[in-house]
Amino acid sequence: MNRKIGVLAIQGAFYEHIQMLRELGTEVIEIRQKKHLLNNHFDGLIIPGGESTVMGKLLRELDMLAELKKLIDNGLPVFGTCAGLILLAKNITNDKDKHLAAMDISVKRNAYGRQLGSFQGNYDFKHIGRIPMVFIRAPYIESIGVGTEVLAVVDNNIVAARQNNILVTSFHPELTGDLSVHKYFLDLI
Amino acid sequence: MNNRYELNKNLAQMLKGGVIMDVTTPEQARIAQSAGACAVMALERIPADIRTAGGVSRMSDPKMIKSIQAAVTIPVMAKVRIGHFTEAQILEAIEIDYIDESEVLSPADDKYHIDKRAFQVPFVCGAKDLGEALRRISEGASMIRTKGEPGTGDVVQAVRHMRMINQQMRQLQNLRVDELYQAAKELQVPYDLVKFVHENGKLPVVNFAAGGIATPADAALMMQLGAQGVFVGSGIFKSGDPERRAQAIVKAVTNFNDAKILAELSEDLGEAMVGINEQEIEVLMALRGE
Repeated sequence: MNRKIGVLAIQGAFYEHIQMLRELGTEVIEIRQKKHLLNNHFDGLIIPGGESTVMGKLLRELDMLAELKKLIDNGLPVFGTCAGLILLAKNITNDKDKHLAAMDISVKRNAYGRQLGSFQGNYDFKHIGRIPMVFIRAPYIESIGVGTEVLAVVDNNIVAARQNNILVTSFHPELTGDLSVHKYFLDLI
Repeated sequence: MNNRYELNKNLAQMLKGGVIMDVTTPEQARIAQSAGACAVMALERIPADIRTAGGVSRMSDPKMIKSIQAAVTIPVMAKVRIGHFTEAQILEAIEIDYIDESEVLSPADDKYHIDKRAFQVPFVCGAKDLGEALRRISEGASMIRTKGEPGTGDVVQAVRHMRMINQQMRQLQNLRVDELYQAAKELQVPYDLVKFVHENGKLPVVNFAAGGIATPADAALMMQLGAQGVFVGSGIFKSGDPERRAQAIVKAVTNFNDAKILAELSEDLGEAMVGINEQEIEVLMALRGE
């Protein structure tokens, strides 16, 4: 199936996602401005890793936040990694700011501490199996709401989940050579 | 190399498309974060003031760095003198997110850089040509930036360094495979890194622009020349309206290819830092550490 995926490209590691989508034979468009949201049709959206404070601020300043939220609330399939997960969460336990607030999860930012707490390993992902996971100053999910499916747990912390059209991981599949999570996302569309 | 090196390169990937700002106080750090900085560089004096003050310039007081770590949630970087591995050990002990082995401070060693592979925390290093960039990477740097000429508000050196690195990479790409050994010898770098550049046309780590960036247009210029993000040192807190200028530079980096947006961002920013031309300066920091 020929699907077109938008990748939010305002800051962070968006190029890595674009490369993975291209490897999977998917058409990609970069979303940098409001007009890119309004004037294009796309079947799904990826919100990459980066700094959530920067992306949250730019989404507001570029007048994209409300439009994006509307699309997601209306069912646009969206996949957020790391900062993307934070932007999608309805509650951030150690931050007063909320951004897209679309998914019933409570997340903790920088949950593993500073860069020395960053780590990687192979862990189980429901429906996929064991995959490499890279955590960079990562958040994790502290609690989930009704209708949210837990997809991966590492050291008793939830690191991947899905609620209807929204998929989130606190790790970075785009930094590994493993395409399985991206494929899983495309299969949800 | 090991997992830690990969993780450290990965953190730099997350900073891409962002602006790293020099700050000297927790208050400035908060301003930088709310203006959209993707990381801050904690230092006691910004480069322009280091230049004016003269004398020996060293690593900042760890207490001051910790107060900045406590003030923001974004990554905090700090500088050590070239070759001063003990300053680096101290910064690692306070869990800094990135160490800048920087020519802005007085070099502690005129021959050897820090063996960055001996550390768990990541390092960013300056380079003015491809040889320097690859030497720093072989020593364990997980991020590169142009040296530029810090504290001048003059972007000419950053432009020169970025163009030089990119030209030299294009030259390597065009060589025959059997010519790469000689290229490695001329660049004074390991063959494997030359081969990587030949095959991929880019550095194996993220490359930012730094030195003399003072306006949204400067930042966008560096992005169009191939930088993956920018460091802004004196340009923000030496200007008339730091918050406004910081925000404008952040947005200019995101939409560096859209001249209409850049025009809007360049309006009404107040006074830019005064700056000094390269012919007027006495100390060329970029020449520190080859």
